[in-house]
Amino acid sequence: MTEKNLYHRHLVSMEDLSPDDVLQILQTAEVMKGVSEREVKKTPTLRGRTIINFFAEPSTRTRTSFEIAGKRLSADVINISASGSSLSKGESLKDMSHNFNAMNPDLLVVRHSKAGAPAQIAKWTGRLVVNAGDGRHEHPTQSLLDLMTIRDKKGSLDGLKVSIIGDIANSRVARSNLISMRKMGMSVTACGPATMLPVQIGRMADHVTTSLEEAVEGADIIMMLRIQTERLERTVFPNVREYARLFGLNSERMKKAKKNVLVLHPGPINQGIEISPDVVAGPWSVILDQVTNGVAVRMAVLYLLLGGGLNQS
Amino acid sequence: MSGPVSNSGSMDQPGSNVIMTATKLRQVITRIAHEIIEKNRDLDDLVIIGIVTRGSALAQRIAKELKTISGVTVPVGILDPTLYRDDFQQKGAVLEAKKTEISFSIMDKTVLLVDDVLFTGRTINAAITHIFDIGRPKRIQLVVLIDRGHRELPIRPDYCGKNVPTQYVEKIRVRFKECDGRNIVLSGPGDENQKTSHDD
Amino acid sequence: MSAILIKNGRVIDPANGIDKIGDLLLDKGKIDKIAKNINAPAKKVIDAKGKWVTPGLVDIHTHLREPGFEYKETIESGAKAAAAGGFTSIACMANTDPVNDCASVTRHILDKAKSAPVNVYPVGAVTEGLKGKALANIGELAEAGVVALSDDGKCVTDGEIMRNAMDYASMFSLTILEHAEDTRLACGGSMNEGIVSNEMGIPGQPVAAEDVIIARDISLSEYLDVPVHFCHVSSASSVELIRSAKARGVKVTAEAAPHHFTLTDEACRGYDTNAKMAPPLRAEKDRLAIRRGLKDGTIDCIATDHAPHSEIEKELEFECAAFGIVGLETAVALSLALVHDGVLGPSGLIDSMTRKPAQIIGLDRGTLGTGKPADVTIIDPDMEWRVEPDRFISKSRNTPFAGWNVRGRAVTTITNGKVVYAWENKTIT
Repeated sequence: MTEKNLYHRHLVSMEDLSPDDVLQILQTAEVMKGVSEREVKKTPTLRGRTIINFFAEPSTRTRTSFEIAGKRLSADVINISASGSSLSKGESLKDMSHNFNAMNPDLLVVRHSKAGAPAQIAKWTGRLVVNAGDGRHEHPTQSLLDLMTIRDKKGSLDGLKVSIIGDIANSRVARSNLISMRKMGMSVTACGPATMLPVQIGRMADHVTTSLEEAVEGADIIMMLRIQTERLERTVFPNVREYARLFGLNSERMKKAKKNVLVLHPGPINQGIEISPDVVAGPWSVILDQVTNGVAVRMAVLYLLLGGGLNQS
Repeated sequence: MSGPVSNSGSMDQPGSNVIMTATKLRQVITRIAHEIIEKNRDLDDLVIIGIVTRGSALAQRIAKELKTISGVTVPVGILDPTLYRDDFQQKGAVLEAKKTEISFSIMDKTVLLVDDVLFTGRTINAAITHIFDIGRPKRIQLVVLIDRGHRELPIRPDYCGKNVPTQYVEKIRVRFKECDGRNIVLSGPGDENQKTSHDD
Repeated sequence: MSAILIKNGRVIDPANGIDKIGDLLLDKGKIDKIAKNINAPAKKVIDAKGKWVTPGLVDIHTHLREPGFEYKETIESGAKAAAAGGFTSIACMANTDPVNDCASVTRHILDKAKSAPVNVYPVGAVTEGLKGKALANIGELAEAGVVALSDDGKCVTDGEIMRNAMDYASMFSLTILEHAEDTRLACGGSMNEGIVSNEMGIPGQPVAAEDVIIARDISLSEYLDVPVHFCHVSSASSVELIRSAKARGVKVTAEAAPHHFTLTDEACRGYDTNAKMAPPLRAEKDRLAIRRGLKDGTIDCIATDHAPHSEIEKELEFECAAFGIVGLETAVALSLALVHDGVLGPSGLIDSMTRKPAQIIGLDRGTLGTGKPADVTIIDPDMEWRVEPDRFISKSRNTPFAGWNVRGRAVTTITNGKVVYAWENKTIT
């Protein structure tokens, strides 16, 4: 039981989790999904626990998802966002962390625009920290909900071929999934324009290609990444139109894909740029399942990390 | 019982006593089924909810017995009260939660809540809270195979297979063929490490 | 009788080809003589048995933060830290506030330096305000006493400005110390671009950002026939560029910082901002190339790039934290590892920390020649000690070497004939 125990461990990177940990989270998430499907979507499990959702970067989906997750388990959830926080008044992250600490939270959910901030807050506060996305580093709960969605549809994870397509260099979703999917026995292809593939990507992915056709063909899972259009306007890519032409997923291109392929997207979607509306609405699309599973996975993470003894910490 | 702490399927501890043989177990279940029919005139209003893992096995057997005796099919659901437990703060480890599967409405029904062993009453308390998050039943009746005493809450069974006085640290092991490969009820010395197991 | 007699040490003076056990006599602030056995009356006799007696160490790359950032370091605290690290002469960079781009700032520094325990030599700015747009008052700075020019902390990115600065500075025999970093290519990166930055999700700067400036400056130096010096060379490819330039006879010199031949970007893991500096810690092949460069003379000298910062600049998100680490008090131990690892011989190491750096900025120091200023460092090459930042003399604590058990340190530092640091009683005067 101890080797399966996630109690009182940080979730900062998918590197923190063993394959058994991942499976335990996914199994627990199925239970949590059951709670969310009931009329009374609440259990008293984390009654009396305080969770601070510290979002120092704009986010609607992830913040809401964590908030719902905490509340469905009866935890007291406090949202602190960057605009309403002292960060805008020039207070340092470390000072802020000490202030959070003084409020005696049981767990901190941290979203920050700078890589490593959740790890640093964990170090500075000694509190449990769940990374809700840090810069271009990682977004572990997004990866977990992707894995849950895939496992729900495919039955298992081992041996599946995944293509992650888009701005790999700047995507925390890609980074977390590159770690976790390979850990779970999946074979991962990284695909994007050469300017969006980080150096030495070959050491992080099983295959690397700049051809969308190659990435689509034979894949069991196609994961499209959001393109930050403001980045396109800089120097990494000529323009949005060319991006869509070369790397946009449309139904024409889907003809080359496997019949039972799944298409994932972490959202928010730039319809018509990285993915066309008919692909989003197509039978292969599991994008909304991802959102539903997001709440379940986050409930599972909160439960497993906090479920043990307050008294023993 | 529910949770990963019970070492189901393993060899029984030395010094175990047989509380109920397979034959006795079958007889007791038949007796409980008759008592249920006696107490509940209208079986159509009845639903059965078993607590994971052996409570739900017992629930299935009772349903089967009711069908044999009266011809009525009573729906059976499974409930895991883990998320409703009151003792998270005391546990160093996370308990594995399983899915509650109740595919029927319990609104205004008589719920037969079934568990194998009744001990402190805390599991039953959690299960009742859980039931009320699912719907509002007309009444809840409690079925247990073994009542081993040591109640910490004002809970008593409506149907009981057998009262077995025990030491607090003692362990009662209910074994069903479908879970454990054989039908038997044993008592024996508790495992020190499993003192916190929810044998209730 | 104001003499100091140092007895029985291993006297190492690369400038004069000396490496032998013997005695060294200092008198009237000058080196008097070296001999096998000196029996002169002396006010102070130091037994240096088992220790190295070397010219006072010279560091041509420090940041003393005064004026402007006295909470990080002052000329006095920096000079004391230097003395504790075995240095008797240090050059301080121009990125103070105000920038040392005019005579009044230079004079201010020199004035403060008068009471410092070591020789402090100001480096003037290349461009006004380090902005890279207009030349600083180089003639005025030369007259006020700067020993070199540098925009260090920043690169002179504009090729035309660099060309003119090199040409202009040559009139005053001032060498430009280039911080080679193409800021456009570095693209805001906080560490070396590679697998580690990739895994950490930290924007990286490629080695090419350093290499292209080094290549450019080599071309300018060759074209203009004017010397240029490269600060803290960190990449294998830069070492190679310098090696081939030197083979052609181009007047380039280069320094390496101890952290670059000791650590790699792996040290950044865990988002340790004390492993963040510019240029960044690179990959293992780069670290090894720096060592080879020191061994074959491609890299002329060791310089600390002592860059004190307080917690305010360092205890931040990795990408927000300031670049730089303190180095004066750990340099000797980290550099001695080159000897312990067989990269350099004792004489080679001492040469790279004394005569050669002094030569680059034109100091008449760094040797034990008779009549030279009595700057002497006594080093115990084998003393084992633990790096404890709380015991640093420097005002700042930003080091990635905290808790390291290291081998070797300066035990006595003598500047101009005066003992300014002694390990035994840990006093600094």
